[in-house]
Amino acid sequence: MGRRILFITTDQQRYDTLGCNGGTLARTPVVDALAADGIRYERAHPQSVVCMPSRSTMITGQHPSTHGVWMNGVPLPESAPSVAEVLRDSGYRTAIIGKPHFEPFLDPFGRFAENSFARNGTFGPHRGFEHFESATHGAMGPLHYARWLAATHPEAVGMFYPVLDHALEVNAMGGGDTGAPQAHVNTIPREWYHTDWVADRTISWLDSLPVDDDWFCWMSFPDPHHPWDPPAGEVGRINWRDVDLPAGYIEDRAERERVLDAKPRHYRAWYDGRLVSNYEAPLNWVPATLTPDQIREINALNAVECELIDEAIGRVLAAIATRGWTDDVDVVFTTDHGELQGDFGLMFKGPYHVDGLMRLPFIWRPAPSSTTPAAVVTKPVGHVDLAPTFCAIAGVEVPSWMEGKPLPVNDTDADARGFERVLTEWDSELFGVGVHLRTSTRDGWVCTTYLPGFAHDGSEGELYNMSDDPLQRVNRWDDPSLAAVRSDLLADLWDHQPTMVSPLPIVHAPV
Amino acid sequence: MYGTIRHEIRIKRPAADVWALAGDATRLHHWFPGIVDCTVNGTTRVITTGAGLPMPEEILVCDNTQRRFQYRLNTPMITHHRGTIDVIDLADDTCLVVYSTECDPRSMALVIGGGTADALTELQRQMELPNDTGDGGDH
Repeated sequence: MGRRILFITTDQQRYDTLGCNGGTLARTPVVDALAADGIRYERAHPQSVVCMPSRSTMITGQHPSTHGVWMNGVPLPESAPSVAEVLRDSGYRTAIIGKPHFEPFLDPFGRFAENSFARNGTFGPHRGFEHFESATHGAMGPLHYARWLAATHPEAVGMFYPVLDHALEVNAMGGGDTGAPQAHVNTIPREWYHTDWVADRTISWLDSLPVDDDWFCWMSFPDPHHPWDPPAGEVGRINWRDVDLPAGYIEDRAERERVLDAKPRHYRAWYDGRLVSNYEAPLNWVPATLTPDQIREINALNAVECELIDEAIGRVLAAIATRGWTDDVDVVFTTDHGELQGDFGLMFKGPYHVDGLMRLPFIWRPAPSSTTPAAVVTKPVGHVDLAPTFCAIAGVEVPSWMEGKPLPVNDTDADARGFERVLTEWDSELFGVGVHLRTSTRDGWVCTTYLPGFAHDGSEGELYNMSDDPLQRVNRWDDPSLAAVRSDLLADLWDHQPTMVSPLPIVHAPV
Repeated sequence: MYGTIRHEIRIKRPAADVWALAGDATRLHHWFPGIVDCTVNGTTRVITTGAGLPMPEEILVCDNTQRRFQYRLNTPMITHHRGTIDVIDLADDTCLVVYSTECDPRSMALVIGGGTADALTELQRQMELPNDTGDGGDH
């Protein structure tokens, strides 16, 4: 018997939503305890700030340029390498339960395997997972959760907020008490909601395994990604009227707009409603209309969803304990990317490489039997390091196609093994609007360069000092005193940037 | 909102051979992955997708001279659609096949366009098979 691996992901969760990371709104004692007993990473970044490229990095251990999922809607080829396949070939039992999203959800032609299993009443195998049981943010779509809900509780299908509108754009419809976009009163009972369903199905799969089996289980919660529609019975946990505005929100409008104006021009253009450069934000919503109360309500609903996830994880860990596995189980917790959630007056996500989207909750609780000391790692790590870590835990050689390294267990280890930088890419081309960013985070700086595109001429960039400007309000890209720093960071970025796969894979859907 | 998507592929077969398949309204499902059946009655074609969705279409143009085929999806969720297949003779026993999609809502242009890209790849594969008769009969 070896070490088992419980890989927990959420969707679009900010770093500061966890108590262990300084969050004060959501109570997250289960994940906080994992952090206290394990390794908490303070500077973990995704290689993309949207779902499909980010999740493809998790499973392949490659940057988007290499695995080719360069924007949402580009399917990860079925032939792409998979850490689940590596582990399965090494004798592990493997499962993914919850939101996969390696292939587009919008699939009326039924061309993608990910969407076929629920339709056919099967559960994989797929991408090295012998068990593939899927869910997403609501009750629609060709996924197992939607089919289960429709079959067992059909009255609940219409209770969720419709993520997409009639034109299949991200819905701008407001709800809740404040009319906040994608806020909604969902009357579904908690036990039918997808968070508890994901935990239930995970426990069921684990319970089906012989006690001596080694296993790798990816438990993937769709929340706290919008819509913010947790079960209404749980919403009373947090009164949005009592919620403080986030530190990243600038209450003075003139000051907020001055800060936005100092960033590359697509920030202000989106804020004003002049340019929605990507699909992941509502086309018919203008960030400048966002009110402080809407931010409070969204953050309260988001926090409720984070609490439900924490409690669901607690149930799964208890089930693992019941099987007697705890000492040999590694638990890794992270999310695919963050959420702007009011920072700079913005919401949702897009081509904005700032901490709201890039700084990840990222925790590794090594198996207690490994006697790995608890630690906090401040050096940069990324999703690209997850797959190699899973191989290392399993005692399997890290395949040469993986581009990351097994995660460091402390800063000394990080220094010794060269964890100097983490790279993040953005590429999108949507109906003539192309946006292309390359970011490196190293030496206390976040440096982003913009390639020529619809709104940028290739000269723009962002440069933030993470120690004296943690809220990233002062863009020092054009600061003459930092010209050498900027030049060195860019040279280092391009020295380490993987070459984009060619030809560029085709976009098959908006998401 | 309106969106347009265009995909193209060069096929190493004479335009007439490729048009014989690509311009045959009754055989779209032979080379379009994700379409499992199609029936034609006059200018009405009904396709059935791999997800089990029947979709009625209106055939607008089938021009054997220009080698152009145009059709329109008629489903409630689509306000406007026009699909265009052009087979262009490159005068060297090869041809360029262009498959264009115009659609409102634009999201469906991406979804349909993704299908047309795969369709072109499949058309090329079939047409460039050794000793292929060009009839799409291997499905």
